Amino acid sequence: MVPQSPALVVVVPLIFAFLSLLFGWWRKAFSYPITIIALSLSFLASIHCLYTVLTSGTIHYYLGKWEPPWGIEYVVDHLNGFILVIVSFVSLMVAISSKRLVERELPEKVVYFYTIFLLQVTGFLGIVITGDMFNLYVFLEIASLAGYALIAVGEEGAPFASFNYLIFGTIGACFYLLGVGYLYIKTGSLNMADLSEILPALYQSKVLLVAFAFFLVGVSLKMALFPLHVWLPDAYTYAPSAVSALLAPLMTKVGAYVMIRILFTVFEPRFSIELIPATTILGWMAAGAILFGALLALAQSDVKRMLAYILVGEVGYIALGVGLANRNGLTGAVLHIMNDAVMMLALFLIIGAIMYRSGNREIPSLRHMHRRMPFTMATLVIAGLSVIGIPPTCGFFSKWYLVLGAIDANKWVFVAVLLISSLLNVILFFRVIENAYLEPREEEAHEGVEVAVPIEEAPLSLLLPILVAGAGILSLGILSGEIISSVIRFAVPAGF
Amino acid sequence: METMVSIRPLLAVLVTLIGAMLILFTGERNRNLREFWTILASVLKFSLVLSMIPFVLRGKMLEFTIIQLAPGVALQFRVDQFGLFFGILASALWIATSVYSIGYVRGLNEHAQTRYFFNFALCLSATMGIAFAGNLLTLFIFYEILTVSTYPLVAHKETEDAIMGGRKYLAYTLTAGVVILFGIIFVYTLTGTLDFKPGGFLLGHGSSATIIFLFAILILGFGVKAAIMPLHEWLPTAMIAPTPVSALLHAVAVVKAGVFGCLRIILYVFGPELLHQLDLWLILAYFAAFTVIVSGLYALAQDNLKRRLAFSTINNLSIIVMGAALLSPSAITGSIFHMGSHGFMKITLFFVAGAIYVKTHKENISQLDGIGRQMPLTMGAFAIGAMGIAGTPPICGFISKWYLAMGALEAKEVVFLFVLLISALLDVAYFFPIIYNSFFKAPKEDVNPHFDEASMKMVVPLVITATISLILGLVPNAFFRFFNIASMAAEKILGGM
Repeated sequence: MVPQSPALVVVVPLIFAFLSLLFGWWRKAFSYPITIIALSLSFLASIHCLYTVLTSGTIHYYLGKWEPPWGIEYVVDHLNGFILVIVSFVSLMVAISSKRLVERELPEKVVYFYTIFLLQVTGFLGIVITGDMFNLYVFLEIASLAGYALIAVGEEGAPFASFNYLIFGTIGACFYLLGVGYLYIKTGSLNMADLSEILPALYQSKVLLVAFAFFLVGVSLKMALFPLHVWLPDAYTYAPSAVSALLAPLMTKVGAYVMIRILFTVFEPRFSIELIPATTILGWMAAGAILFGALLALAQSDVKRMLAYILVGEVGYIALGVGLANRNGLTGAVLHIMNDAVMMLALFLIIGAIMYRSGNREIPSLRHMHRRMPFTMATLVIAGLSVIGIPPTCGFFSKWYLVLGAIDANKWVFVAVLLISSLLNVILFFRVIENAYLEPREEEAHEGVEVAVPIEEAPLSLLLPILVAGAGILSLGILSGEIISSVIRFAVPAGF
Repeated sequence: METMVSIRPLLAVLVTLIGAMLILFTGERNRNLREFWTILASVLKFSLVLSMIPFVLRGKMLEFTIIQLAPGVALQFRVDQFGLFFGILASALWIATSVYSIGYVRGLNEHAQTRYFFNFALCLSATMGIAFAGNLLTLFIFYEILTVSTYPLVAHKETEDAIMGGRKYLAYTLTAGVVILFGIIFVYTLTGTLDFKPGGFLLGHGSSATIIFLFAILILGFGVKAAIMPLHEWLPTAMIAPTPVSALLHAVAVVKAGVFGCLRIILYVFGPELLHQLDLWLILAYFAAFTVIVSGLYALAQDNLKRRLAFSTINNLSIIVMGAALLSPSAITGSIFHMGSHGFMKITLFFVAGAIYVKTHKENISQLDGIGRQMPLTMGAFAIGAMGIAGTPPICGFISKWYLAMGALEAKEVVFLFVLLISALLDVAYFFPIIYNSFFKAPKEDVNPHFDEASMKMVVPLVITATISLILGLVPNAFFRFFNIASMAAEKILGGM
């Protein structure tokens, strides 16, 4: 019997989105548990998928038993099985943490929030699991539309940011759709596996080149790769806390996944690396993203906006790994998809917690925070060290592989960019840590008892995911060797 | 070399980590319990380290692999003679420092004591990891943990100067960390392994230009914490930290971790043979010799006692690096032994500076006239430590300098013998006036001419470390065959030649 888990991964949150709306009309309090149940089931199903892939190889699931290339096919291999687990885990964590945040920030809209939240996750999971180019577009739009809605309900400035995002996102989606159309005209197929067999004969075709370019631009817009990142900082700054915590770790990563798929599965590495120097261009864009993101982050005094710019840089890391186009680089990219998802989860949840308690997220206002929220701030330190790349946090290990890949590729500029960006991140995070932990004193006034600051930790539903993410950052680093040898090694596309 | 799987090195690292957690969760509510954890962890750690000595003396290597990190590189502890030597040094001095710290922070009624003890324990945990690391990556992981966990201690006072000192410390050490990381990854791409091997493992890999480049960046990287000039600027600035921090971290753990890293690079990664081929050893030795002389001159000009001690530390660290760079048997023995003997002597001096500060709030040398009458035990210990550093027999500094001097002759480079002698003269020039003035000059008005020592929690540790310096000078093998461990390490390194 074919395991049903690939379908369940996507269908469960989709159906529960409507259930949550129905039950939510009846009792507002139902929508939260329904969301949790849906995402837990989806998480279990994706673990089952990954487990099946690890034990018995790639899963091909034909929806409605329609065989490809006519029907829609779900394909789970090592790469997307791994990313499925990340996506469903992160969204479960965000869902758990959202309870009090949503009650506080969107008291009127709880029911709708969870419905759209589930649709958003459905979109992400669908993008990752599908083996069909057009189906991917559909899920991309589900995710994006849900994203516009979720961002628009945020604080002052959110509707405009969301509108901005909508325009850029739609342009990106158009490019992608045009690309799909061109491929379909030329080949008559939408199935990725099928396409990858037909395409090599057509590599000299101009139509194909245009389609490829459209894909790259479209996906770069969706994953906010510099210089197409302009929509991101505003959108993620003004979005409600729970929404930024969901979108920041996932939207960009899912985009990066699509990028890897198109470059190396739909098209062959030979095409993306040699026939068109796409990976080289990608590498330079990524290097720009890393430096530009870090530099602009330096100019921010709002922690959340600073994180949004850091995210632009983090997307650059992943893209750089892809752009290096060798085994170590891609290992680093895939590893960083996981690591960055966990880091961003932790950081954006922490900002949510700080906002929940103090209502202010300017850097200078963090003073005394380490005594008000000791656990949250300790996790902030861990996550910050991870973004900087201090061992043994997980961020160090992605940097390790990326630098290794850059040296393998003889791209010394990229090595320098990676190392310099570490130092810029040191400034970024220690500025925050210094404000949160040190309490400037006058000379000779350092003696004596401290001002009493009562402990006011974040509510448990919020604190727990933060601590889980923090523990993840610490343990994923140490475990990275195991993760690479058991999963990522096989996830790196064939031919490297 | 025979290896033996043993969990002891891991336990020695973990015991302080767990101690740190207990300290954190006990907090201000029960200060005595919190301090009890510190003492307990330090004693346990020391006994764990001691329990490894018999195996290592028999020529075995204790090994424990935690997890594979990348192909060919594991998170792995391997205790050899050199690592054990550093481990004994750091864990023994931590006990003394713990007792002293309690006296110090309570004497000054410091703020944020929990943070202080927590980070201290974390630092020691990292130091043990550095000492026992079996490969460059493991060493680097703990090296960076040490960097980060020292930062709150440097910025502890939270005054504007302290915060700036902390920033400067981070700027120097984390930049160095990035440079080291690059070097390590480069070595890894060349060889596919990072495991330390006595006598080095890089021979036969890469062109000579690559090797020279790698050597330069790795030594520069580790040289920051080892405060080799011109990378030393952070150390005098970091003297803003509370004195026990300066004592243990800026005389023993942190800076010695830098020196330890340099020595691992020189002796266990590149190896004597390769360095002889490319004549890199001589360049490095001259480089270090420059620091030895110049830092001695700088020290003369300092009036702040801790800053003078800091420059003396810079001076001695470079002596150690210089000794290792000479690559002759006696020089390496002397250099490793000097890590230990300098540790005991310098910590005594810092303890003295702290005791004076807690008792009288004096920080400058010009204010210390006649203080020997008020604090005879403290200043007596100071005299022993200072004379030892200048290399006066029968204090342990003499033994290490003797071996270093012999090593210079064995390497047929008489220049370095003169460097050692000049540096000893400079030591005398900047330490003896302090001893003379404090005992023989008429006390200033604000100095109490009668016996009035600092708290016993501070005086006892510093008397003990001074006594140990003395005993080590008379019987270098007195404690757990301390000297033998150093000379065995040297033999093993040169065994391949």
